[in-house]
Amino acid sequence: MPTALSFQSLRKTYGSTVAVEDLCLEVEEGEIFGLIGPNGAGKTTAVECALGLRQPDAGGVRVLGMDPRRTSREAFYRRVGAQLQDAGLPDRLTVQEAVDLFASFYPTTMDRTPLLDRWGLSEKRGASIDALSGGQKQRLFVVLALVHNPDLVVLDEISTGLDPEARRVTRDLLREVQESGTTVILVTHFMDEAQALCDRVAMMNRGRCVALDTPAALIDRLDASYRVHFAAASSVNPAPLRVDPAVETVTVDDKHIRVYGSDNLLSTVVRHLTEQNITPNDLHAERATLEDVFLALTNDGPARSSPAATEIPADSA
Amino acid sequence: MKAFLTLTWTESKLFLREPAATFFTLGFPLLLLVAFGAIFGNDPASAPGEVGYTTYALPGYIALTIGSLGLLSLPITLATQRDHGILRRFRVTPLRPVTVLGAQATVHLGMLTGSTLLLGAAAGVGYDVPLPASPLLALTALVFGGVTFLAVGFLLGALVPTARAAQAVGMTLFFPMLFLSGAAIPQFLFPDWLRTASVVLPLTHTTRLLQDAWLHGQWNGTAALVLAGVGIGSTIAATWAFQWT
Repeated sequence: MPTALSFQSLRKTYGSTVAVEDLCLEVEEGEIFGLIGPNGAGKTTAVECALGLRQPDAGGVRVLGMDPRRTSREAFYRRVGAQLQDAGLPDRLTVQEAVDLFASFYPTTMDRTPLLDRWGLSEKRGASIDALSGGQKQRLFVVLALVHNPDLVVLDEISTGLDPEARRVTRDLLREVQESGTTVILVTHFMDEAQALCDRVAMMNRGRCVALDTPAALIDRLDASYRVHFAAASSVNPAPLRVDPAVETVTVDDKHIRVYGSDNLLSTVVRHLTEQNITPNDLHAERATLEDVFLALTNDGPARSSPAATEIPADSA
Repeated sequence: MKAFLTLTWTESKLFLREPAATFFTLGFPLLLLVAFGAIFGNDPASAPGEVGYTTYALPGYIALTIGSLGLLSLPITLATQRDHGILRRFRVTPLRPVTVLGAQATVHLGMLTGSTLLLGAAAGVGYDVPLPASPLLALTALVFGGVTFLAVGFLLGALVPTARAAQAVGMTLFFPMLFLSGAAIPQFLFPDWLRTASVVLPLTHTTRLLQDAWLHGQWNGTAALVLAGVGIGSTIAATWAFQWT
């Protein structure tokens, strides 16, 4: 697959603050790629460099084979779409006017009626921007970024606070966008959203890329990629559990016990409980999440996983 | 071209949906025409040069429109577009900056034309105000004064940090000029010292340029020179100071 977006040792500083340091990654054409990390991690600076809005201090950026700072605005933005954070629209503009206006910027555009339909805005055509809900506004912004059927689209924090249903719909819609041949760069600080939506993610912290892989592979690399919770009426002796090779950590909080460990954790826990003749309440197992990966990699989390187990060292900043 | 036309059309609609901008551009000058017309009428020789008061005052009302477009509407529009991230959104499209600013300039000149036609028609029908002595010269003065204040508007729009600040700065500049430039109250009613002092206000020169062209068919070279200086200076400063975000 050809490369849609690449950063080569990108560095960007604002005064004495280093916003992005030595960022290297390649996004393949047709991927839904997540750039994730907490606020202030440098995600937005990185995409602003990719969009030619900022001049990197060092390193290179290529977008669809173009250097964003050396390509004409017209040529660049005919192939690239973007929804930036903090980018709005006039309050009194209607949805239809907004779509028609943005369509007029390009020589060719998608069929606008089905586009509005797909993103659930056809009933809001005549509504003004200030009458839309937060979610409707976000969807309109995405439509405006997609109206010219770009080869690559950057969506920066599109779904701030999406409910699960809206998130599922967004995932299906982004799949459609991907199937139409558009590479999607999704920038978000919601790890669960990235886990649900993205083929691969780059995790950023304090300007650096701390992990780069599929969400599943990143989670697998954790020593404790599963956790089991249960409550016990009688006291549990955690000692045999702690020495079991499948178990990484056990925490006891009154009667609530959490066990962190690898693959066959649930059966291990059940075996120990049976041996001790304990009937657990509310027993359930969970897979670790990208959030856990992030906490492990940045040393901010509990000692249930070792950063050394992943290939990339924890944040050294 | 398609982008420019669509943007201009869209911005025109947005302009007219903004009650304050519409009032100060189209309503307020008309209100002054009717109110002062009712008070002073348009009897021949009620103003210097053997003309009626309303005939004499009409070019001032047009200057007032120019002032409100350049000092209030344009800077507030630009600052709002920056505040709301609208310019930021345009920045990631093929739209060129000159198209964005050109559309605003066109919309504002269009509103000036509309307001002038409205004022002229109302003055003609209501007070028998005649057409300008030299329509071509009057039109030249109108465009000259209008373009100058558009440049001032772009400069203010570049300098003010927020839409709120644009409103405050615009009002602070507009109201003294409104009353002291001769736009709302003809300067023949002023004491000499005030008439002399008012030359520091750019709108005074717009008013005089329009009055001389409208009433006497004369080109006021001094006023034109001052306005040209203001316009060119503002354009240069605005080009240097303008920020998209």
